[in-house]
Amino acid sequence: MPVDIDAAVIANRRLSADYNVLSLAAPEIAATARPGQFVMIKTSGGQDPLLRRPFSIFEILRDSNGAPAGVSIFNKRVGAGTSLLSRVETGTRLPLLGPLGRPFEPVDSPAEAWMIAGGVGLAPFVTLAAALRDRGTKTTLYYGARRAEELYCVDLFEALGVTIVLSTEDGSLGTKGRITVPLGTALEQRPLGNPVKLFVCGPTPMMRACAQLAQVHGRACDVSLEQVMGCGLGGCYSCVVLARGADPSTGLGASGGKPHHTRTCIEGPVFDAQRVVWEAVAGH
Amino acid sequence: MDLSLQIGSLRLPNPLIAASGCFGYGVEYADIVDLSTLGGVAVKGLFLSEREGHPPPRIVETPSGMLNAIGLQGIGVHRFIAERLPELRERRAIVIVNICGTTLDEYVEVARILSDAEGVHALELNISCPNIKEGGITFGCSLPGTHAVVSAVRKVTALPVIPKLTPNVTDVASFARAAEEAGADAISLVNTFLAMAIDVHTRRPKLTNIVGGLSGPAIRPIAVRMVYECRRVVKIPIVGMGGIATADDVLEFMIAGANAVQVGTMNFVDPFIWAKLMDGIRAYMTTHAIARLQDIVGTVDTSAREKAWISS
Repeated sequence: MPVDIDAAVIANRRLSADYNVLSLAAPEIAATARPGQFVMIKTSGGQDPLLRRPFSIFEILRDSNGAPAGVSIFNKRVGAGTSLLSRVETGTRLPLLGPLGRPFEPVDSPAEAWMIAGGVGLAPFVTLAAALRDRGTKTTLYYGARRAEELYCVDLFEALGVTIVLSTEDGSLGTKGRITVPLGTALEQRPLGNPVKLFVCGPTPMMRACAQLAQVHGRACDVSLEQVMGCGLGGCYSCVVLARGADPSTGLGASGGKPHHTRTCIEGPVFDAQRVVWEAVAGH
Repeated sequence: MDLSLQIGSLRLPNPLIAASGCFGYGVEYADIVDLSTLGGVAVKGLFLSEREGHPPPRIVETPSGMLNAIGLQGIGVHRFIAERLPELRERRAIVIVNICGTTLDEYVEVARILSDAEGVHALELNISCPNIKEGGITFGCSLPGTHAVVSAVRKVTALPVIPKLTPNVTDVASFARAAEEAGADAISLVNTFLAMAIDVHTRRPKLTNIVGGLSGPAIRPIAVRMVYECRRVVKIPIVGMGGIATADDVLEFMIAGANAVQVGTMNFVDPFIWAKLMDGIRAYMTTHAIARLQDIVGTVDTSAREKAWISS
């Protein structure tokens, strides 16, 4: 059940002009959050910006005894709300609602987990990598950006024992080109008898391309979708994506099994990639 | 301390109602809000059949407010009764169903079906959604249309009938009067203001539907004025809404003339708002020694202004 906490900013770690990691004290949320879930943050005390912003939980923060103490978010400065979060000072309190949404469904050995991240789509994968490590699942991160300087926090994944595959569009680090290049090669080389599940988060064209690769190679694929969200609780119907079939956990869906405007907040943000009608997902 | 009020045959324990379109079907919030403590839950607008609504993006933030063009996505009245109403009954919610239609006959049919359903307490007639072309708003923007749909629904239901008025008319009070004359038990206002936002870089509208409805604190003073105008011409209860964020906002609407209020957009911002509003109302009643909250309805004191006007 989600709770709303007036969470103090513990740290604001700047990664670049546009990216920062914001750590927030929220033991109640940290204690129950599962990989792929999100929080809704009020970015200002006033009414402009008015609405909260959804953020994947980036890390579960623990105190010196290992007890859950808070969560961090991976913020990219885009608009008014993310700009406020970019420069927020330590000690500031921000209303934080969570944890929200349907989590990733991890896999167990002998299956492997391949996480594919593009840009700010790195956000849900630290918590997933930690959960997979705890289960002893062999995990690889495929992480792409335009150039080397835009690949952040790779050390967090290395510390979790994750195999790292990088790509940059300018070739400054890792494979030159988009992350689907090394991913496609790896999928082709992997024998069908060796199960692997894909977990994808990033720009819409990248997720669509990964979903197609997963389908062609007959691999399970979860995507974490980001949509403009009003409430995070299923109240406003803003964050819909066109998805096929019924939600496996709630049974919600259109009668007759037609593609249906499905709420990303409560039926997602994690979807089976093959449920999503990609042609209808707004690109960003 | 008495916070209750009467709408037709329906007794509400307090004036705080969750606004239609802002609270799903109520069940989405049942784990975090005790639905039985609310004055009512106005569920998302229902047509006879399912509707998919508009493609996203469906909302855009604006200063102290937001535009929406959801397009009345909904599961239709039959699935609502089968799949959502049982839980609302179990949670002891006072259920106000917002009903829609593309034709007069559809309103009547939806009203008839809901009148036979156990656990529906009132009908709010959506004749004011700015986001769909057919039906709805065409009734709400015409005095004969408003009269016709209210009286037609009135004839087929014993439930309290609450037409929800649009602010996108020149004189909302005349629509309030038309609704009262047609037999409405109460009126609710305001629905959203038709509005638009444009991305200057792409020169495209920010909403797929091009235009949408503005809600939130940005509209509150206009909504208060409209409630005030309606109070002067109708005797039936008024359910006021428009950007209510605090207990003072609730009280402002009530003093302007609302018997109850709905909270919509600010529930998105703070889903735990209900207890805070209730605490604030109780504190106000204590401070001002008010035993019955309904005693403040329509008590705005304009006498000083009127005297000044006469003497000038």
